[in-house]
Amino acid sequence: MHELSIALSILDVAAEEAAKRSAVRVCAVHLKLGPLSGVIKQALLSAFEMARENSSLAQAELIVEEVPVRILCPRCRVERPIVSIQEFVCAECGAASAQVTRGRELEVVALEVE
Amino acid sequence: MKTRIIEVRQQVLKQNDVTARALRQRFQDAGVFVVSLVSSPGAGKTTFLEKTLARLSGDCRVAALVGDLATDNDARRLAHSGAPVRQITTGAICHLEASMVESALADWELGRIDFLFIENVGNLVCPASYDLGEGMRLVLMSVTEGEDKPLKYPTIFNTADLALITKIDLAYAVDFKRQQAYRSLHHVRPGMTTLEVSAKTGAGMENWLDLLKESRKSLLAAGSL
Repeated sequence: MHELSIALSILDVAAEEAAKRSAVRVCAVHLKLGPLSGVIKQALLSAFEMARENSSLAQAELIVEEVPVRILCPRCRVERPIVSIQEFVCAECGAASAQVTRGRELEVVALEVE
Repeated sequence: MKTRIIEVRQQVLKQNDVTARALRQRFQDAGVFVVSLVSSPGAGKTTFLEKTLARLSGDCRVAALVGDLATDNDARRLAHSGAPVRQITTGAICHLEASMVESALADWELGRIDFLFIENVGNLVCPASYDLGEGMRLVLMSVTEGEDKPLKYPTIFNTADLALITKIDLAYAVDFKRQQAYRSLHHVRPGMTTLEVSAKTGAGMENWLDLLKESRKSLLAAGSL
């Protein structure tokens, strides 16, 4: 369970960016989250609710966009989704690949501010 | 007041990433090959590391950092090898972060180390998120843990560079299904290099040490260490 420290880092990043852009209030934080980041969405949402209390972002909502894993398929020679997180093979042709191109994201992409 | 959207694009763990990048550069400049070890608690990291340090210290300069929530038992065990060892006690934190590695290294002269091992806290979840600046992430699973461990923790197995099946001397006693274990590993990380070892009997340790020395040598030859 390291989601609480991740939530605190998200608040830090958001507060810093909001101050830079002279925002009065942050209403929402948009986050991109890949399954290979090692962070679980549900745990993060609960942790965020706890972490935002008494912070300058007490009203901010966390909006998570889950990004699927993608690999570089050696046979199709393009980026493809995988069958499942338990099976790193191309969803189109079934070729195995360890070349992950997406799915590690843990990134604040935007803020909704006033 | 009107709401507006501002684009940010900022890594949440940027602080850790920045520190890890700086560490990796320092390791490269000093010629230190850094291996981090992750596994569930009880997979045999410390015993394996104990034997690795003892066998390597004859012809290489080795050192280790070891992370635990509490106690310095592991550091004391590892110190018997004669290698410099430092314990990182994380308190309530379930993983190591780059800044902990940075402060634990403190006054060590990296130029006098060939191999540095970083034993993470026993945990197959949280360590996956934190880059420590290592050159190789080693994931250990013991034959007593169940062959489908990689399927249950795909992230850590996918993000590791090398898998090690430990306690192989117990394979027969626990009816370890080798093929099933390899299938699970290769499902979450196709083509992953895997070694089987027993730190207790020494089986497979030679292969491991060869691989380690070869990895460092080829990095040195390529000018990337």
